[in-house]
Amino acid sequence: MAKVLVVTSGKGGVGKTTTTAALGAALAQSGQSVVVVDFDVGLRNLDLVMGAERRVVFDLINVVQGVAKLPQALIRDKRLENLWLLPASQTRDKDALTDEGVGRVIAELKSRFDWILCDSPAGIERGATLAMRYADEAIIVTNPEVSSVRDSDRIIGMLDSKTVRAEQGERVEKHILITRYDPARAARGEMLNIDDILEILATPLLGIIPESQDVLRASNVGSPVTVNDAASAPARAYFDAARRLGGEQIEMVVPTERKGFMNRLLGRKAA
Amino acid sequence: MSINLLRLFGGRSATAPVARERLQILLAHERGLLGQPDLLVTLREEILAVVSRHIQLDPDKVIVKLERGKTVSTLEVDIEVPNGFEQMVRGGRRAAGG
Repeated sequence: MAKVLVVTSGKGGVGKTTTTAALGAALAQSGQSVVVVDFDVGLRNLDLVMGAERRVVFDLINVVQGVAKLPQALIRDKRLENLWLLPASQTRDKDALTDEGVGRVIAELKSRFDWILCDSPAGIERGATLAMRYADEAIIVTNPEVSSVRDSDRIIGMLDSKTVRAEQGERVEKHILITRYDPARAARGEMLNIDDILEILATPLLGIIPESQDVLRASNVGSPVTVNDAASAPARAYFDAARRLGGEQIEMVVPTERKGFMNRLLGRKAA
Repeated sequence: MSINLLRLFGGRSATAPVARERLQILLAHERGLLGQPDLLVTLREEILAVVSRHIQLDPDKVIVKLERGKTVSTLEVDIEVPNGFEQMVRGGRRAAGG
């Protein structure tokens, strides 16, 4: 049974695209067929993070408007054979998306894939509402920081009212994914800790992705962090989150960097 | 406790508890705003309809407010009626009776 998952947040820059790419690749590595769909029309970036920017010919808008067929727009990942990308249009704006058209594309994707991961644009406008419209589950990407938590709360309210599931009296299963988390700063009381965030948002936790240079390194070379360096701390956290999505019970730990002896002796790197 | 110790040695105070408290207050307020407008609009319309059956009102002069308190909340209904509305009532009755 195919599952439609929206990766959303309200706030920009918290790691939605990184998360979509990393989780999509992690799920694909476990043998399931996955498509990641970029809903950020006009500001597409999932293609760049996935390293497929030079292979985009047709896009989501072309398929919604019937200019191209879905198989023409789908791009197969170079590294993982059961991972696909449906890119957004860079030249159009979000008004080119229609509720009915998106519904049709999602229905067709559901007949071809196990997982449909929708990478939402920031904000609460048309692009974001259509990205979540047909979702069965939602990942709300949240940074341990006041403005991100506030926006997450707003998005949770929208998931509970503006989705097809909500309108039919069903619920979208929601998960919080905390990204850019620094355990040392949280321990010093400089950063909202996990319990605070979960208590405020009253939504279960899917995973904790530690702040790490590996995330930037992976996006620099156009590779999901779970492919680029599967042993890195953020990749391990994403693999755990992907298994939890599949229903496995895994202990919640924040993976740490494997530091060399000298680094440990000299203490943490400057934040 | 450990935070207090760190505060002593580190010199910098922990700001996370402040963040947490500010968020809790703000979100309690915002969730109220987002959850309630329909209720207030409905109340206002129904109050306006009931009173208008008896007194001619300017719809803009009907104000319904909900103030949230810690233990109790108050619903404030402020209706401005024109002077001499008694005559209008009688006039209305006569019209209805005739």
